[in-house]
Amino acid sequence: MLSAIDKKLMRDVVRLKGQVLTIALVVAAGIASYVTMRSTWSSLETSRSSYYARYRFADVFATLKRAPDSIAHRIADIPGVAVVYPRIVRDVMLPIEGMPEPATGRLISIPAGRDIPLNGLYLRSGRMPEPRQDDEVLVIESFAKAHNLHPGDRIPAVINGKWRDLLIVGIALSPEYVFPASLGDFAPDDRRLAIMWMDRDVLGPAFQMEGAFNDISLHLQPGVSGQEVLGAVDRILEPYGGLGAVTSEKQVSNFILNGELSQLEQFATVFPFIFLSVAAFLLNVVLSRLINLQRQQIAVLKALGYSNRQIGLHYLQLVSIIVVLGALCGIAVGAWLGSGMTNMYGQWFRFPAQDYRLDFSVAAVSVMVSLVAGFAGALLAVRNVVRLPPAEAMRPPAPASYRVSLLDRLGLGRVLGQAAMMIVRELRRRPLRTIFSSLGIAAAVGILVVGRFGYDSFESLINTILHEEQRADVTVAFFEPIPASAAREIVHLPGVLDSEGGRAIPVRFRSGHRYRDSTIIALADQPELRRVVNRDARQVEIPADGLAISRKLGEILGVGVGDSIDIEIREGNRGTRRFAVATLVDDAFGLQGYMRMTSLHRVMGQESAVSMVYLRVDPAWLDEIHRRLKEMPEVAGVTRMDSIVKRMRDQMGQSMLMMTIILTLFGSTIAIGVVYNNARVALSMRSRDLASLRVLGFTRREISAVLLGELAVQILAALPIGLLLGTYWAHAVMESVDPEVYRMPIVISTQTYAFAVAVTVVSGIVSALLVRRKLDHLDLIAVLKTRE
Amino acid sequence: MSAILEARAITKIYRMGEVDVHALRGVDASLYESEFMVLLGASGSGKSTLLNIMGGLDVPTMGRVFYGDMELTDADEDELTEFRRQSVGFVFQFYNLIPSLTARENVALVTEIADDPLEPAEALDLVGLGERLDHFPAQLSGGEQQRVAIARAVAKRPAVLLCDEPTGALDFKTGILVLEVIARVNRELGTTTAVITHNAPIASIADRVITLADGQVHSEVHNESKAQPEELRW
Ligand SMILES: Nc1ncnc2c1ncn2[C@@H]1O[C@H](COP(=O)(O)OP(=O)(O)O)[C@@H](O)[C@H]1O
Ligand SMILES: [Mg+2]
Repeated sequence: MLSAIDKKLMRDVVRLKGQVLTIALVVAAGIASYVTMRSTWSSLETSRSSYYARYRFADVFATLKRAPDSIAHRIADIPGVAVVYPRIVRDVMLPIEGMPEPATGRLISIPAGRDIPLNGLYLRSGRMPEPRQDDEVLVIESFAKAHNLHPGDRIPAVINGKWRDLLIVGIALSPEYVFPASLGDFAPDDRRLAIMWMDRDVLGPAFQMEGAFNDISLHLQPGVSGQEVLGAVDRILEPYGGLGAVTSEKQVSNFILNGELSQLEQFATVFPFIFLSVAAFLLNVVLSRLINLQRQQIAVLKALGYSNRQIGLHYLQLVSIIVVLGALCGIAVGAWLGSGMTNMYGQWFRFPAQDYRLDFSVAAVSVMVSLVAGFAGALLAVRNVVRLPPAEAMRPPAPASYRVSLLDRLGLGRVLGQAAMMIVRELRRRPLRTIFSSLGIAAAVGILVVGRFGYDSFESLINTILHEEQRADVTVAFFEPIPASAAREIVHLPGVLDSEGGRAIPVRFRSGHRYRDSTIIALADQPELRRVVNRDARQVEIPADGLAISRKLGEILGVGVGDSIDIEIREGNRGTRRFAVATLVDDAFGLQGYMRMTSLHRVMGQESAVSMVYLRVDPAWLDEIHRRLKEMPEVAGVTRMDSIVKRMRDQMGQSMLMMTIILTLFGSTIAIGVVYNNARVALSMRSRDLASLRVLGFTRREISAVLLGELAVQILAALPIGLLLGTYWAHAVMESVDPEVYRMPIVISTQTYAFAVAVTVVSGIVSALLVRRKLDHLDLIAVLKTRE
Repeated sequence: MSAILEARAITKIYRMGEVDVHALRGVDASLYESEFMVLLGASGSGKSTLLNIMGGLDVPTMGRVFYGDMELTDADEDELTEFRRQSVGFVFQFYNLIPSLTARENVALVTEIADDPLEPAEALDLVGLGERLDHFPAQLSGGEQQRVAIARAVAKRPAVLLCDEPTGALDFKTGILVLEVIARVNRELGTTTAVITHNAPIASIADRVITLADGQVHSEVHNESKAQPEELRW
């Protein structure tokens, strides 16, 4: 049998169902945001680490031009190195039929017939290549899927100038290519990058690399950090064209994966933090008000002999019901969305299996936060009542002491009308309540802004890239830098309207002991097709003879404008140059240096050479141009801006859109919950006053005007605060994620602001209508007869 | 006869902004075992204030209140709770029923925590509401609500029953009914009872009448013979 006080609890829950549900929804939204993002992140993180561990992802990676196998033994002798795995890795052109843009094949040697010591392969289907079987390859799943290739199919490849038909014997995945991309290629194209594995005894002779390697991976002894061995590896490989060893953190796929995961982790921390704290704040405020409405019942319970503890417990149960209801919804929705998000990320993070797991601790933390917030609000309110002697608590709160204000003296009453005066007086009488209500609504508005601005930033980023930075239709990259004169052939292709050369040089930026391996991008003096722009779309002028670097790179190296950095050139004659940083570029992608091509060549003492050509072309000629480019042996790759943008939209855009939709949903839920509860509590608190006014002859319309006027004032005050709060949060979110891979601009569109305002105002109007209906049905006698 | 509840030199001052309201100015009052006492006085004379203080629902500004050996004015929160739970039943002028609970449940609220209570149905029978056990307060008339409140107050078998204007909001006939119930509880259960009223004729049903005026005891009268409630006219 339920005790009487428990029955009261149940009936209160039923009676307050509108409020119970909306408060529970606010809690659910807060918890769901946490569970969704946190569980997505932790699932991906877990997938990654178990994948890496099981398939022995290497600790250090190095590439070089060519070294005899004996050099690998020298590297194995470096203290701390446990396993070395020298390989041959070569990029080749894949002239695939029906594909105007050529695809790149990356052939990687494996010891067929034996175990692969590091960077193991997960065989999705088919079999491993047989030892010494010509032309047998494994192909990475992403490429196979994009071209609908299966074991038994063949791919054409130009290997060392010879056309070969490679036989696909299996489809594989590798921890080294979770994110199959090359650095700087911010929207990789599955169709155009084929990672393939081939028996070393076949690959070696094909490239005249018998007994030699050009790529080496190391596994270190436990407790040894990659940084400790890099120097030794570099020293050994330097004479063999070493491009600088990197730890697994800088390995391209892992680097991108890390960037995405750490961004996700940051989002998963910052967004839910904002959402949960807003939900907690509202829970606190709303519950304390709800309980305040029961002030007299609390006093009666106390007078009847209920202890403070029993009364407190009674209201904690009410809070628990609301929070648990919200938490269950939140966890269920969060788990559902989380597994959806995890699957979505799975489309471009290639793990052998996509496991979604919901940590118990994730759910528990969010429920605890909500419970604590709710309990705090409830206990505070209960304490305020039980602290008083029951006789005092049972009396209605002392009649308000209205003071004659300046407004009255100015005779504003006559101007504004009686209802307006009452609104003003009420707001003045309870400034704290007004402030808390407005703050609550403002927080909801802010959440709407911060939930939606991600997409604005993304769109703005795309626009900046498309219209300000990468204005070429097509970018042609060469295997090696070629003399500017040699590129003329391309410039004069039919349909090319405009062209510009560019040069990318692999370098190591160094300042003291800090360094980063990256590239210097050298551009035309007065660039038109490939320009340097800040995230906010402003063009950056590269000074003659000056070096500009990414702002983020400056931060990493600890240098600012005017400071000097060393640049170790990792191409051609190599050598080190010292440059003063002339400008910092707040660019969106990667870490790099920028120079003018003329000054770069002067400094390097080289003839003018280009490694890229940017083209603006007549669309009608695009396919023809592609066809001609494919036939040129020096061309390593051709990228079309429109397909890059399309892929960015498909990838980043999709995750951003999904995130935005989810956050907007939660934000709207919170906003509606807050506005509605605020209105309902105001109605309950003031129904007596309003009923008295009705008895005094005020019309329904007039008393509605009083109450709804108060709500309107609170919402109006909340809007600007909320928009500011949202803007501030947006900055906080973006500043917390500052990855090296890409940095979004902080852009909040007018639509986002308008959306936040609209959702709030609409929920205000709907709540007002509901309250208005209740007011119209206000039972005057019932309300008034309850007390003296 | 021994005093079961005793108030000594009670002063109560309410601070209302700048002004002090002296609700009680040094009142001595006692309640004796099994008696029926009426506290009479004009509106604003301090009756409710005194009864609340004696019932442990309010604290005096000065003065002491004793319940037997226990000093209420010196009791801690737990002792006060225990006193309210076991020893004193309160009937409020405005009933103060819990609106979300039925008549029976409002009574059960008390019987579930008291040591030796009546059954809720039994208590409601006592006030003549045996038929309306499952009605909610909103479904009951004022007099019925007041009788539920009395049932709730007596169900714990309190040593003391304190009633603040139990007829104040009721019509004449209903008022009589309610007073009959209170008199019966006093008579049949031997519960020491104090009833507040500003209605002088009601004083005739008491053993003893204390009259308050302007926060002070104006007079104290022992009735030679008690009238029955049904004989009352006003
Ligand atoms: N909470 C309070 N605050 C201020 N003054 C009060 C309060 N309660 C009662 N009073 C004042 O104390 C005096 C006595 O009140 P009360 O004991 O309720 O009188 P009665 O019950 O005899 O009508 C009155 O003047 C009343 O206005
Ligand atoms: Mg009174």
